Amino acid sequence: MRIKQLLIGMTASVIAVSSYVEMAIADLKFPMLVYRTGAYAPNGIPNADGFVDYYKMINARDGGIGGEKILHPECETGYKTQVGVECYEKNKKDAMVFQPMSTGITYQLIPKATADGVTVYSTGYGRTSAANGKVFKWVFNAPVTYWDGASIAVRHILKNNFGNIKGKKIALVYHNSAYGKEPIRTLQELSKKHGFKLMLLPVDHPGQEQKATWLKIRKARPDNVLMWGWGVMNQVAIKSAASIKFPMDKFIGIWWSGSENDVLPAGQGAHGYKSLTFNAPGTNYQVHADIKKYVHDKGEASGDGSHFGTVLYNRGLFQAMVQVEAATVAQKIHGTSKITPAMYRDGFENVNLSAKRLEELGFKDFAPPFKITCENHGGSGLAAVQQWDAKAKKWNMITEYMYGDSSVVQKLIAEDSSKYAAEQKITERCG
Amino acid sequence: MSVELLNFIETVLNGLMSGVMYSLVALGFVLIFKASGVFNFAQGVFALFAALTLVGYQTGQVPFAHLINELFGTNYHNWYASMPNFLAILLTMITMIALAWIIERLVLKHLVNQDPIILFMATIGLAFALEGVGDLMWGSDVKVLDVGIPSGGSIWLEEATIGLAAEGSDYYGMYIDVLNVWATVIAVFLVITLALFSQYTKTGRALRAVADDHQAALSVGISLRSIWILVWAISGFIAMVAGIMWGTESGVQFSLSLIALKALPVLILGGFTSIPGAIIGGLLIGVGEKLAEIYIGGFFEIGALENWFAYVMALVFLLFRPQGLFGDKIIERV
Repeated sequence: MRIKQLLIGMTASVIAVSSYVEMAIADLKFPMLVYRTGAYAPNGIPNADGFVDYYKMINARDGGIGGEKILHPECETGYKTQVGVECYEKNKKDAMVFQPMSTGITYQLIPKATADGVTVYSTGYGRTSAANGKVFKWVFNAPVTYWDGASIAVRHILKNNFGNIKGKKIALVYHNSAYGKEPIRTLQELSKKHGFKLMLLPVDHPGQEQKATWLKIRKARPDNVLMWGWGVMNQVAIKSAASIKFPMDKFIGIWWSGSENDVLPAGQGAHGYKSLTFNAPGTNYQVHADIKKYVHDKGEASGDGSHFGTVLYNRGLFQAMVQVEAATVAQKIHGTSKITPAMYRDGFENVNLSAKRLEELGFKDFAPPFKITCENHGGSGLAAVQQWDAKAKKWNMITEYMYGDSSVVQKLIAEDSSKYAAEQKITERCG
Repeated sequence: MSVELLNFIETVLNGLMSGVMYSLVALGFVLIFKASGVFNFAQGVFALFAALTLVGYQTGQVPFAHLINELFGTNYHNWYASMPNFLAILLTMITMIALAWIIERLVLKHLVNQDPIILFMATIGLAFALEGVGDLMWGSDVKVLDVGIPSGGSIWLEEATIGLAAEGSDYYGMYIDVLNVWATVIAVFLVITLALFSQYTKTGRALRAVADDHQAALSVGISLRSIWILVWAISGFIAMVAGIMWGTESGVQFSLSLIALKALPVLILGGFTSIPGAIIGGLLIGVGEKLAEIYIGGFFEIGALENWFAYVMALVFLLFRPQGLFGDKIIERV
């Protein structure tokens, strides 16, 4: 009797396990490389929460994507490149897309993911020349790249100087890493084009001590300072700038140097600080109402829900939305909800987030429309300038969304991607 | 005076001030090493934990709120809106004393007479555990720390020095962050208090006896365990001061624990067993790295020297005086 029961039990278990495996394959796996611990956790957490809340909302409201539930296993990288690669290796099986959330990790994953046939989406970070879809088949960095960002910042400075910045001095304070170094080439080209002098000021990880950097700035008195910072580097830089009385409206950070975390520790000193952005902050969007209804009100919020509507949380929502939309497009193209990683990539290459589509998805006026094509994986290249109001403790958009200098950026993208194609022996496609 | 000379003086002054901030961290290391022979790798995390706790008390945050809410489906976040700074600092000090007691009970007690490397490994474990507990207790958001210490460039110094430059030169005064001046005052006060405490109190003398010779101290009836708790508590207090200074500058966040890395070259230079060594070492490292960043970096047009240059200085120093400037000379009798 006991043996019979045991056999029945074992058979039932085998059936249960195999049906689970079958279900897991049918589901869509979106692994998340996160950093909820370590020096960069204050930025990593709100961003990851945005992703998770969006996926949960899609699963709860729509029953998943085309009926397929989203699986979103997390792997902690601590913003360390080597750990990020290990996370990729552990999770790459059946994965639709990886969002590395680190330029260093992105650089490492590009050849690996290309060989494995897995999509890498580095939203507004990573290797800029990956915008050239003819060379980087599996990598996407829409809606805007660092090189666009550098030229948009310079365009903003030009506008404030009546189109003439010849002889002006612009300093770049940057995280001394692959990420921070990314805009240098573009700024050097722009410096030749517009005749401004470029000062390069690297800051080592984590950036807790920057006194010498800001003494240099105080002595050199640049007309503008640009910043490619992350984590504590941003807070210390903004506080130091305020401390040496550098005019904050002449201090512009990239979109990763423009969250509430970066400005709040400097208090009133941060008033007037500017940063670029490609998404709006706040909670006045349909997507927030849906997340509140389907996730937060059911006690399912990721974390304690306190980051709802912050800059980095909203960016996480935006990133997750693009990834989900790529799956929806892939399902339409291939006529099946059970898409493979290769089908998913096809979907990504046909994402068209028009104003109408953004509205349908609950993101009306949240970000500028953009389209991904075979040739262009970098999106619209649009970003706006936002400015911190320290009294009201909020970011205000002070410009329309602007394009960068495509004459400089496109040339550099073509140069860098051709070099990569030659090194990797890649034949250009999209013919 | 020429602007170049004034700029040089400004760099040296700022280096000295930064050095004091490094010394504040190094002091905690020295105290524990002197009294117990343990190189406390967790000292940076102590500073982080103290600063997190202080902000937690100031803002009335419920400790472990996230965990409690997750487990019991509650929605607790804050007990009260705010607490006076004095009370919050006092409560943080009590917490750090309690932490010292817990460490002695759970870790040190069980490792008496073990090799120094075992104790060192234990402090590495302690660092990770404490960082995790700090995260669970207070969360990992960037927290604004304000205990009323003024910060920002000194207007007085700027105005006082603007006239020192030669007439017609484009100079607008010397820069020093007021927060660093306060850190210097507090560090001086701390060192004097520690010196008076160790020279003129019974407990202080017992502490010095333990630092000199554990066995001899035990033989005259000094309780090693109480002294260890005391020294870890004092070191926790110093960590709190360092945490307040660094946290005021950058906001309280987990990267604060990395300030320990700033103390290592200071200790190599000043010696692991000397309080004046921690101060002098900090000042030398502070000045050295700022001069290197601005003058060597400026000459070769390279940047980000200040982090690694401190270690270069320490390594060069190691070649000539391995025990540090004020450290006890290492004599091995065969």
